[in-house]
Amino acid sequence: MSDLLPSALDLARFQFAFTVVWHFLFPAFTIGLASYLAVLEGLWLWTGRGAYLDTYRYWLKIFAVAFAMGVVSGLVMSYQFGTNWSVFADKTSPVLGPLLGYEVLTAFFLEAGFLGVMLFGLGRVGPRLHFVATCFVAGGTLLSAFWILAANSWMQTPAGHAMGADGQFIPESWLAIIFNPSFPYRFAHTVTAAYLTTAMIVGAVGAWHLLRNRMNERARIMFSMAMWMAAIVAPLQLLIGDLHGVNSYHHQPTKVAAMEGHFETERRAPSILFGMPDAEAGVTRGQIAIPGFASLYLTHSLDGEVKGLKAFPKDTWPTNIPLVFWAFRIMVGLGILMIVLGMASLVLRWRDALYDTPWLHRFAVAMGPSGLIAVTAGWTVTEAGRQPFTVYGLLRTADSVAPIAAPAVAASLAAFVVVYFVVFGAGIAYLFHLFRQTPEAGEHGPPQGQPVRTAGITPAPALIAGSDTHRVEPRQAGIRP
Amino acid sequence: MSIDLTLIWALLIATAVLLYVVMDGFDLGVGILFPAEVARPDRDVMVNSVAPVWDGNETWLVLGGGGLFAVFPLAYATIFPALYMPLILMLLALVFRGVAFEMRFRARTSAGEIWWDRAFSWGSFAAALLQGVCLGAIVQGIRVEGRAYAGGWWDWLTPFSVLTGVALVVGYGLLGACWLIWKTDGALQARCRNYARVLGFATLGFIGLISLMMVIQSPAFRERWLTLPNMLYAAPVPGLLALLAWRFHRALAKGEDGMPFLCALGFFLLSYAGLGISMWPMIVPPSITIWQAATHPSSQLFLLVGAAVLVPVILVYTGYVYWIFRGKVRHGEGYH
Repeated sequence: MSDLLPSALDLARFQFAFTVVWHFLFPAFTIGLASYLAVLEGLWLWTGRGAYLDTYRYWLKIFAVAFAMGVVSGLVMSYQFGTNWSVFADKTSPVLGPLLGYEVLTAFFLEAGFLGVMLFGLGRVGPRLHFVATCFVAGGTLLSAFWILAANSWMQTPAGHAMGADGQFIPESWLAIIFNPSFPYRFAHTVTAAYLTTAMIVGAVGAWHLLRNRMNERARIMFSMAMWMAAIVAPLQLLIGDLHGVNSYHHQPTKVAAMEGHFETERRAPSILFGMPDAEAGVTRGQIAIPGFASLYLTHSLDGEVKGLKAFPKDTWPTNIPLVFWAFRIMVGLGILMIVLGMASLVLRWRDALYDTPWLHRFAVAMGPSGLIAVTAGWTVTEAGRQPFTVYGLLRTADSVAPIAAPAVAASLAAFVVVYFVVFGAGIAYLFHLFRQTPEAGEHGPPQGQPVRTAGITPAPALIAGSDTHRVEPRQAGIRP
Repeated sequence: MSIDLTLIWALLIATAVLLYVVMDGFDLGVGILFPAEVARPDRDVMVNSVAPVWDGNETWLVLGGGGLFAVFPLAYATIFPALYMPLILMLLALVFRGVAFEMRFRARTSAGEIWWDRAFSWGSFAAALLQGVCLGAIVQGIRVEGRAYAGGWWDWLTPFSVLTGVALVVGYGLLGACWLIWKTDGALQARCRNYARVLGFATLGFIGLISLMMVIQSPAFRERWLTLPNMLYAAPVPGLLALLAWRFHRALAKGEDGMPFLCALGFFLLSYAGLGISMWPMIVPPSITIWQAATHPSSQLFLLVGAAVLVPVILVYTGYVYWIFRGKVRHGEGYH
């Protein structure tokens, strides 16, 4: 009977998955958007063309809301390590604690300083200094990503540590910990994914407004820049992803075997396009496969031997192989669609029809959420593929969980689900409201002279920043001459 | 002799927690006073007085929690599971309250306004109560076996922790009232003086009651406070508190603006110091000291470098924001 009820471990895992997926939707968008804003403002300063500033201001309001929601949902993550994964926290803290500590410090440092200037200060500090602030925010989001991905990568490919007496991981070399074997690949792959996610959203919003008015200059800028990204960066991402896959194959072979649906070790290993992995039987049923192709891209030789899951003890196999297998296909499939979109845009640009081809615009609108879905699928591959370990090969998930009774975890999970859907649901509805606004000439930014602070755990001030009310005069804001 | 990194970190995190308590304390207190102030214009002034700073105030909660994970993992890994329910509810209350804070300005109907105001007030109340409960549960002690929490998921709920919860609601209410005395004028300010008088003496009563219960319940606390020579070292705390109570009373009687708030901060500072004296050097009473809970020295040093640069910057910036938004808040003003 008790087997039918989810265990505290299952509930804690589901709670983590639920909160982290919600969380990462926001940084996946804002990491790219921050860089996009820096490029737009740079182009404005360089060319003096007002449309760039209008586009900048349009996206700045959206950035504020999305960024703040990332902060709120991130705060919950930092507490969840303690509440639900206390044993993991205790054992890994000497290594992961400082990395996450730096992430928190960098994020708040930036918010406290430069984000305030970026959101509220164009009229106060002058364009050049403001541009510097924008660049710092863009650099800062990348730095935040740097630390958090160093931490995650260490969990995938641990290095630079020794084992302490209490079962703790003790740091030996910070350089080896931070630049662990999978980190450079994961960092490149994730940041590129964030850029593509932003490009898909910006492209979709631009295309949506082009469908209404193909002469809108701001919409043209958005759409054109997003399509350049799709055309250049999407194929590049395929290459980076392949390198990342080969790296994973060397360091986390069980993950790659689950992604590929390989149970047997063989030469000329096929690349299985579709099929249904059956972990019980140890076989992938109903395969549609390209012979030898997996050997080619994993070992860079047609005749290379590719290890299957059966080469490893069954208690080290990922716990949900079909999930890893299918999430991988969703990610790759969407990546290929992005490349198709990019190529289509190149052809139409060549024919001078980029802004006059409604089917392309409709295609781009449909692709709007593709980046977010692909990023979620990609993280599902990497995290579910790391199972049954939290620190790959060294610390099992079952040995990481906090001693909390299942009813407590279930109750908190229910509370999270309700609050997240209400709070972030409202936030996302608000983002769509902003997307719907036509980007106008003379677009105004966030109201000036308001509190220069968004650091905190709620998206509150950023909602103001994103609001369309601009009646507030600086004097009313309580600023005295 | 080498520098005791752990001690530096303990002081740093203790400071972050204190800054959080007094800073978010007054803006939670404003929410706690909402049921007493029902007129819309007065509520707007109250909210506007904290609007520019409240969000930044909560930053310190993140630094406190994050710092605990990074530097005192054993404390993080035992306290957080022990306080599972109150902590998670507290976080959700803060998130809800923050959203309500902004939505009350966006509500299009008066029914909507009333509901967002309620959410703001209840969220503030719940967050304060749960923080006090957490504090009480930690002071009472957390059962640890090996390196893990060994109690049940209701252990945090005791008469003592409920008492500390209610005490913190009253204390935050006092901070809120004193903040409003400082930041407002006219009839609202006059009413806040009345609230502050009642809440001030209630706070002092709770401080006395909690101290008494701690000394009665725990031999360790008794030894710390009631035996010589410890008693001589600890005596300044209650002495200063008495002095401050007298000053607080005079400030309200004379109609001073800023002094009641400073006195209320003093109450918190002294209570916090008293708590520190009681618990030292335990971070998870009754069994884990700060040195036992501390992470590897190399990890402490690595993060301290960053904290030494960034924490002062955050402090300066916070001070700057308070400076910009100094002075009284009046009807019809405010950043909304």
